[in-house]
Amino acid sequence: MADTPDIDRAEDAALISGDLLSAGDLRLWFVREVLPLEAVLIQFLMRGGRSKSDVEDLRQDVYMRVCAIAQEAIPAQTKALVFKIARNLLIDRVRHEQVVSIESVENLDVLNVAIDEPAPDRSVIAREELRRLQAALDKLPDRVRCAVIMQKIDGFSVREIAVRTGASERTIERLLSDGVRALAEIMLREPVDMRRTT
Amino acid sequence: MSGAHADSKIFDGAQSVDALAAQFLIRRRNHADWTADDESQFSAWLSQSLAHKAAYWRLEAIWERADRLSALRVAKTEDAAESSLQSRITRWRAVLATIAVSACVVASGFLLHAPHTIAYSTPIGGHLDIRLTDGSRVELNTDTVLRASLSDHERIVTLDKGEAYFQISHDRSTPFFVMAAGHRVVDLGTKFLVRRNADRVEVALIEGRARIETAASSHPPVTAVLKPGDFAVIARDTVSVSKKNTDALADQLGWRRGVLVFDHMALADAAAEFNRYNNRKIVVVGPSIAGLEIVGTFPVNDIDLFGRAVKTVLGLNVERHGEEILISR
Repeated sequence: MADTPDIDRAEDAALISGDLLSAGDLRLWFVREVLPLEAVLIQFLMRGGRSKSDVEDLRQDVYMRVCAIAQEAIPAQTKALVFKIARNLLIDRVRHEQVVSIESVENLDVLNVAIDEPAPDRSVIAREELRRLQAALDKLPDRVRCAVIMQKIDGFSVREIAVRTGASERTIERLLSDGVRALAEIMLREPVDMRRTT
Repeated sequence: MSGAHADSKIFDGAQSVDALAAQFLIRRRNHADWTADDESQFSAWLSQSLAHKAAYWRLEAIWERADRLSALRVAKTEDAAESSLQSRITRWRAVLATIAVSACVVASGFLLHAPHTIAYSTPIGGHLDIRLTDGSRVELNTDTVLRASLSDHERIVTLDKGEAYFQISHDRSTPFFVMAAGHRVVDLGTKFLVRRNADRVEVALIEGRARIETAASSHPPVTAVLKPGDFAVIARDTVSVSKKNTDALADQLGWRRGVLVFDHMALADAAAEFNRYNNRKIVVVGPSIAGLEIVGTFPVNDIDLFGRAVKTVLGLNVERHGEEILISR
């Protein structure tokens, strides 16, 4: 399969063999197990002073590879898998760049700190979630925030928002697209305490 | 390629996977006219790569989490008693009519490049409840065009056509004017209704006080202060003011609840009222029946109910000819 990552799977103790995941299961697993790791993953990928777009590319690459593996076998330790993949990608990157930054290589070994990061907090109560969403909304640019509020709080469709604001439907769609992307960055990347001990 | 979106292609090679995923997500969740073609285009994209899937799932998950924000929706303020009527009204119409507009519409000026003047309009049968940045509330009735221009020293709303109900948040230092056909209604702390049909302007004062000033071009310009119950008609630059009782005023505001209320209204006038709200038009044939009186309350878009009432109560013939409903003896 084209998407199969090139990491050495024989060595990967994090994997257990299992049934093929259906697309729905894969999605569920991805949303529940992988997405909550995004904050830590981004912190990890940002080491070595990479550019934002570089980090985003790497993140997407990690997700793709993680999904490719999970499709075949349910990882027992999602976190270990995610960071193993991220680490391999970074090593690859360093090789390709042919600029051996000692710092970046050294940093790769510090990633263990993240490994026993607590599982995503699934007990977040509704009120807390709402508070986080509101805080995230506040960080959006004005026009984007307005469009998101009108859709999610007022419950208006793109067309209704367009009618109410006098903007075109295309504009509203663009604002909402920007909105969901920005919300993802904010919601998935709230600062995580890396030094948390278990 | 889908017909509905032919003018706005979804695929754009220059876009990042995330941008594309976001666009698919927003379109797919918003468009009633999202077609089977669109869906297959989307599925094809999704199955192209696990990177696409991951990007889409990620944004979708966040967008679903954001649904919790609906808990912040402002509760409906009225219309509880109207639910049975509302259910007759088409869905989008009902949504527009009853959902209280949150504070964000206030900020909708942000969405425009020229934030100072915002135009609002409704199609035939439409109804729009807007909240201006100063807190004033304006409800647009069917087939209405209105422009709001608010600044720190004055607030001007221009009614280009149609009808609107104003609930002004009074602020002595920032006067509020409604302009219609060159005439001016000056808020003095009020709720009032303004209807414009070409050069004819009607103002019904519900609460508080307002002053009307005819256009500077009128000879001579006239000024009159309206009190609750006053119903002013400005036509050919002359103003006539009559009194209406509370019930009659409430009837006149029936459209806010999605109904037309006729209290001994002439058949021809009632038909004209219906025609404001509907693309199918009622034609009353013959002067002999034009003056027959109608009493009743009808959903603004239920021409057929009106037709049945006319048939059974007045004993007239009601026939459908294409987009016209002919009423004759």
